[in-house]
Amino acid sequence: MQFDSLQAFFNMGGYGFFVWCSYGITFGSIGILIYLSATQEKRNLKHIADKLKRDERLKAIRRNKNESKA
Amino acid sequence: MWKWLHPYASPEKAYQLSTTLFPWFAVLGFSLTLIGTIWGLMFAPTDYQQGDSYRIIFIHVPAASMSMSVYVGMAIASFIGMVWQLKLADWSAAAMAPVGAVMTFIALITGSFWGKPMWGAWWVWDARLTSELILLFLYLGVIALYASFEDKVVAARAAGILAIVGVINIPIIKYSVDWWNSLHQGSTIKITEKSAITNDMLYPLLMNIFGFGLLIGAIVIMRFKAEIIARSGMRPWVKTMALEGENK
Repeated sequence: MQFDSLQAFFNMGGYGFFVWCSYGITFGSIGILIYLSATQEKRNLKHIADKLKRDERLKAIRRNKNESKA
Repeated sequence: MWKWLHPYASPEKAYQLSTTLFPWFAVLGFSLTLIGTIWGLMFAPTDYQQGDSYRIIFIHVPAASMSMSVYVGMAIASFIGMVWQLKLADWSAAAMAPVGAVMTFIALITGSFWGKPMWGAWWVWDARLTSELILLFLYLGVIALYASFEDKVVAARAAGILAIVGVINIPIIKYSVDWWNSLHQGSTIKITEKSAITNDMLYPLLMNIFGFGLLIGAIVIMRFKAEIIARSGMRPWVKTMALEGENK
């Protein structure tokens, strides 16, 4: 351990602001990227499912129309 | 080799392979990055010249080297997609672009936060910094082109051409510190000779480089799977998956 106290660790020899901002932005943006990437597949699947259901509904409406004509 | 590779050219097989590979990349990448970061922040010795500000190196260098590696990977994938008309290669390039862009962004921002205390400026129009900024614009261009076309075959071709042409920027970034008088310091890690860094600092740095690499691999795999799904909406196996997901 290079630092004597927690205070010294956060202070980073006077460079605390620069070091912690760098680490914060890095892991913050990687975190956001991971979240977006991990949920992308589910969003895509939902999109496909919605489309399939819409097609199904349209088909049902058309079928009903044809039946009422006959 | 083609005989062996051929089954993986089917989107469904590629999806399954990605699912198998994902946990390895995620767990290894996460642990390596965690250990490397804690080691770098707490246990690596203080630099005699730059004090503790140099600790930014443990994220700056991995992000910067990944920004270039991912670009090369993306350009190779685009090339394969273009020459052999392999859709999966195009999709993997599309999965890599945003990840590379984030890495470039991180490299630039952390560099800025390192430059301010050491050089006295957040930004200088220096060869290394400027070429890295161009890399960010190349990534954004590739992402924007891929998003601009409804027909993803055309989109991949347009984005792919930009990605391939943009490769010229990679050696410029890499050798900018040797070719021009740069404020940016030269390479620290050398493959052929002794690195200009003590092992106490080198090991956590290498851990973070590999950690970032694997973590990025995991993120690209997730995006690749999502891309396969998005492009294969008409396939029965994807339809089944979509409807099963709805009913859960």
